[in-house]
Amino acid sequence: MILSLSKDTIEVVKEQDVVFTKNRVKEVAVRIKMGLVNQTRLITAASELLRNMMRYANGGKCTIEVVSSGRTNGIRLTFTDKGPGIPDIAKAMEDGFSTGKSLGLGLPGTKRLVNEFDIRSNVGEGTTVTIIKWANG
Amino acid sequence: MDKIPILRMGAFLLVTIQVDLYDRLALNLESDLIQMVDKTRAKGVLIDISAVSIVDSFMGRIIGNIASMSRIMDAQTVVVGMQPAVAITLIELGLPLKGVHTALNVEKGMDLLKSMIDLEEEDEDQDLTEDDLIAE
Ligand SMILES: Nc1ncnc2c1ncn2[C@@H]1O[C@H](COP(=O)(O)OP(=O)(O)O)[C@@H](O)[C@H]1O
Ligand SMILES: [Mg+2]
Repeated sequence: MILSLSKDTIEVVKEQDVVFTKNRVKEVAVRIKMGLVNQTRLITAASELLRNMMRYANGGKCTIEVVSSGRTNGIRLTFTDKGPGIPDIAKAMEDGFSTGKSLGLGLPGTKRLVNEFDIRSNVGEGTTVTIIKWANG
Repeated sequence: MDKIPILRMGAFLLVTIQVDLYDRLALNLESDLIQMVDKTRAKGVLIDISAVSIVDSFMGRIIGNIASMSRIMDAQTVVVGMQPAVAITLIELGLPLKGVHTALNVEKGMDLLKSMIDLEEEDEDQDLTEDDLIAE
């Protein structure tokens, strides 16, 4: 059981919104006393997913939640866009796969940096990526 | 428009990144730095990222690009002061910054650059003697 303790949604359309969102994640991570390395992993993951949303879907929304598993607290981030969607998720999750001539590390790298990773996408409808990072662990 | 200053110190260029880079700033830095290396014929580039708390795949690629472009123009790149949390995250992300030299701080980075350049010059001297021998 994962309980949501607080929730905050940010519209991400401009580059300033990306900077603002990353700062917000940092604030929340500090507030729940997340360790420094975990903070860095989480904000780096957020940076990758925010960039994808801007680049492939012209923006979207990011929800920041403080969650509790009973034993420990963490942060759940949900990135939702109404972009073109991803036709082959398995391919998109491969290291080095990119339709944007970049490194293709954003999705697979993010998965390695967080504790929980979920991606759902429908072509023509959009993409939602949800990640959780626990404060310790 | 925001710009990251590039300092010239003899044969080296020094860039101190004071803020977490957003994409446009990073792209500007890449092109400015490559132009400067070309214009000044710098032998080394020192990038101080000790104040940077996040390096994602985009920024990592830019650092890699700066290093490989500089190499083509005969300059070495050393990244100094990478925070341990950033180094760990980059490895997990899958981006070990191949071909980029790293050092603990600016002073050690300078020493590393100097030693790399000395080595190159020794190599050149060596080439010369070999040529001389062939000429004889
Ligand atoms: N939000 C998104 N909407 C549509 N396509 C996406 C989205 N995020 C990722 N993709 C697709 O997945 C591919 C892999 O993404 P990623 O691993 O971040 O690497 P990169 O961004 O370097 O291409 C992208 O090239 C793109 O085709
Ligand atoms: Mg990406």
